Amino acid sequence: MDSLLGRISFIALAMAAASSALAADAPKSIRIGYAISLSGVNAQGAATTTLPGYDLWVKDVNDKGGIMVKEFGKRIPVEVVAKYDDTSNAETLLRLEEKLMTQDKVDFVLPPWSTGFNLAVAPIFAKYGYPQLAVTANANDEEQLVKQFPTLFFFLNQPMHFGAALISVLDTLKSAGKINDKVVLLSVGDQFGAEFAAGFGAGLKGSGYDIVLQKSYPLGAADLTNEIKEAKSSGADTFIAGSYPPDTFMLAGTAITQGYNPKVYYTAVGTAFAEFGGAFKGKADGVFGIGGWDPNLPGAQDYYKRQVALTGHAPDGWASPVTYASLQILVQAIEKAGTLDRKKVLDAIANDGPWDTISGPIDLKTHIREKQWGVGQWQNGQFVGVSPSDMAGAQPVMFPKPAW
Amino acid sequence: MVGEDKPFPTRAALAIGSLVTLVVLLAALPWLLSDYGLSFMVSVMSYLVLTVAWALFSGPTRLVSLATSAFFGVGMYTVAMLIKLMPLYATFAVALGVGALLAGVVGVLTLRIAGMFFVIFGFGLSEMIRQLMVWWEINKTHTMGRYVFVPFDATLIYEHLLGLAVIVFFVGWQLRRARLGLALMVIGEDETVARQVGVNVPFAKVAIFVVSAMFMTMTGALMAPRYGFINPNFAFNPLVSFQVVIMAFLGGLQRLWGPALGVIPLIILSELLQTEFPFWFSVLLGIVFMVIVYFLPRGVTGLIEDGWKALGRPLELQRGLTGPLVDAWGWMSRPIILPRGIAGAIEDVWVKIAPQTKGRR
Amino acid sequence: MPVIEVIFGGVILGGLYALVAMGFNLQYGVARIVNLAYGEFLMTAAFAAFWMFTLFGVNPILGMFLSVPAAFGANWLIYRVLMTPLARRARTRDQLEGETILATFGLLFVLRGAATIAFTANDRYYDYLGEPLRLLGFTFAANRVLAFATAGVIATAVWVVLQFTRFGVALRALAIDPVGAQLVGVDVRRLSALAFACGGALAAAAGTLVSTFLSFNPAIGIEFTMKALVVVIMGGIGNMLGSLAAGLMLGVAEALCSYYVDSGLTLAVAYALFLIVLVVRPRGLFGTA
Repeated sequence: MDSLLGRISFIALAMAAASSALAADAPKSIRIGYAISLSGVNAQGAATTTLPGYDLWVKDVNDKGGIMVKEFGKRIPVEVVAKYDDTSNAETLLRLEEKLMTQDKVDFVLPPWSTGFNLAVAPIFAKYGYPQLAVTANANDEEQLVKQFPTLFFFLNQPMHFGAALISVLDTLKSAGKINDKVVLLSVGDQFGAEFAAGFGAGLKGSGYDIVLQKSYPLGAADLTNEIKEAKSSGADTFIAGSYPPDTFMLAGTAITQGYNPKVYYTAVGTAFAEFGGAFKGKADGVFGIGGWDPNLPGAQDYYKRQVALTGHAPDGWASPVTYASLQILVQAIEKAGTLDRKKVLDAIANDGPWDTISGPIDLKTHIREKQWGVGQWQNGQFVGVSPSDMAGAQPVMFPKPAW
Repeated sequence: MVGEDKPFPTRAALAIGSLVTLVVLLAALPWLLSDYGLSFMVSVMSYLVLTVAWALFSGPTRLVSLATSAFFGVGMYTVAMLIKLMPLYATFAVALGVGALLAGVVGVLTLRIAGMFFVIFGFGLSEMIRQLMVWWEINKTHTMGRYVFVPFDATLIYEHLLGLAVIVFFVGWQLRRARLGLALMVIGEDETVARQVGVNVPFAKVAIFVVSAMFMTMTGALMAPRYGFINPNFAFNPLVSFQVVIMAFLGGLQRLWGPALGVIPLIILSELLQTEFPFWFSVLLGIVFMVIVYFLPRGVTGLIEDGWKALGRPLELQRGLTGPLVDAWGWMSRPIILPRGIAGAIEDVWVKIAPQTKGRR
Repeated sequence: MPVIEVIFGGVILGGLYALVAMGFNLQYGVARIVNLAYGEFLMTAAFAAFWMFTLFGVNPILGMFLSVPAAFGANWLIYRVLMTPLARRARTRDQLEGETILATFGLLFVLRGAATIAFTANDRYYDYLGEPLRLLGFTFAANRVLAFATAGVIATAVWVVLQFTRFGVALRALAIDPVGAQLVGVDVRRLSALAFACGGALAAAAGTLVSTFLSFNPAIGIEFTMKALVVVIMGGIGNMLGSLAAGLMLGVAEALCSYYVDSGLTLAVAYALFLIVLVVRPRGLFGTA
């Protein structure tokens, strides 16, 4: 036992010595690591939104010869030295993040998938001083969280802001007398759904809407026919669901079969997926969803094509391009800081914006990307941003939603 | 450790001495390991307590319980809900009380339930509590995550878990020598017989169920600060229940320390697969499980016992120095020949294809 | 909404649960294998239907004529190759259950992992028969009704076979008492393999039908396995009628709860109902002591 421990500590010492000796020279690569759900219940989300962006980014950066780091006076390629499977298990994820930061000593760690997991690892990123560019996460207490964890950046607005973006669409319609003030608000029984219901519910009530039906349903519900039937008989012109991909698809399918045609039909995560348009074809037109993007921004179309070419999978119209954009920011921040020193890069990310990305200019001074798409809509087979209407490239709203 | 001139200590003293040394060494680990090494050990230690506690009940009674995640989750979630209202240790105490109460009720309700019915009861219980907590959080608190930020770092968590492990082993050891332990063994063999020889079956079963559940609850409570951010889906994760059962079976239930032997290889293996072969994690883990079932039917304990016997045999030295070699060779090749595993499967197929060989077996 | 309409909706959902559970019950109740990889066959069949529909425009119902026999063959092989050694070696039923749980738990990971690599982890959804169907004055989704009708046909067929054929009598004998069955001349091993294979075929049928109205990905298998286990245990092991009754009860309970109480509590209520049934009847609704 004693000798074994002795050996372990010797090896640890030797490794520490070796790594400090190397630090003086230009590294052969910028070491990137991440732990993400490759298996288990979260795997589909990570595979749809996050992983294709990571793969494309590595390829794009290295095709250019790497990232220019002034400190070493040359371009250094990025290398994914560690890619771990958290198996959709929070405790495993925590441990693997610690391994990335303390054992593998990677230069930068890319964030995991989902709100819950990003909030769970925020303390670890903060403890070891790694910037956490959390894309697939949002919460109503973002402002407080970024104060508590100075390494944390949010790229998606608080649910209440998404609510506000939708409410501004509704307000315009309501004041034109096109819809009544009755609203149906459903939400999925998960982190996201809870925050969504709270954020949207408060906003709707504050703006004088009457929530005639508010319900949550469990994650993994096999049937939502009753909910749609109730919504149909509620007399509300507006249907809002804080849904996750499986239920987003099921709600649309059920609404079609039940002939439920509210004037405004809005579902959340999954609406922007290319698969949504693929599955419902022309019927998807007029459906509102969370997010949105402007395909006419510089680089956006090109990104779309490269992504499809590399992964064979079309990115969604919400978080996928933002994932890529967040990594574009990382590159620019490293180049601006001229070093791989994480503290300096962290400062650069926060203070040296706005950054040019395929999702337009992004400023992270408050650690929260403020200006962004809140509501998108399927129009002519494409999911485009419609609100806030002062965003560049905002499309006029298609109203009313054509019958399914 | 033992000087030549001192009297040879008794076996018991030697055993206690080496156990104390082991515990002291384990207690010293936080100062010897890296942060990651420590978090790895926290994981090992938490599953060690869970698995041994699980075996306290499920070993002798042979009732496989999938309720582990229910008690683990109750411990964790109680701490998460109360941490803003009272000191950490007070939340531990409340959690323990809630866990014991729940275990008592469940124990009484499930007295008549056995076999697969009992297995799935535990699963249903854990899932029901998870659904209720999700509903509660969404409708009553309007948010789902709870933070447990307290000055209770990985070292402290580890030391507490180690203490809990020592206690659970001690309880298990005492139980094996106590009347209750014997009574449970009889119940496991045949409940009717147990009743006839005068065992208070309901009391024995519920008592040990509560004791076992209290350890699980405490583990969950101790792990709350480790998670830091907790929602019902993290706390009541059914995977924990499954993992505990697999670890216990892998280790073997014949001995008190058996389940522990399943924990370490499985966690090391998972970690290895998650990091080295992330894309193949599921496939490789599955293959390993199947290899265990087919080639190591008695778990790691069985392997060690076999090895011990094989080591013991050559000491007779009747067959000279080649004897042990032959034995070792025989022992090494045994798992492939004996339990019929894949070889047996191939044979079965062969028998099917070529009926003329049928008479051989 | 009249209560009868809510109940109808629940019955249609419950039919799906029963369908998923019946195949599992054949494997568990008759062949005595707790097949935790059951849902993976369901998932694989869903993917098969998806690819056939999206790539070749094959009607999922026609596709079943391919996937169901394929699943039958695959499950027969699995029983012969992987389960027979365990069945031979096991001395008691408990031991066999324990070992098959571990072995099929491994199989579950292998199949799920292979599916993730082969199909990617993305969610899939396609639109088949997503049309309204007027039935008794109420509107239902055509694909859900089709799944329910198929479940009804299969349940009836299984019941007729079990009740009125020699093969069925042998299967029932096997389910009740394997040793006794052997004594009266039932070839236990052959019959168990067939029952296991039939169970796998039902899983494929269920998977195809589910894929027409639920989105799916390689990780969904375990959810269906656990649902099937809950229904089978609730109805009574080896009792097909029990599975049907339990499935319908859960479906109706969920529907009533979602309409009259709260949608968020549907699964909690379903599990509570399951726990209550077990407390009152420790061997399931139709189980015998």
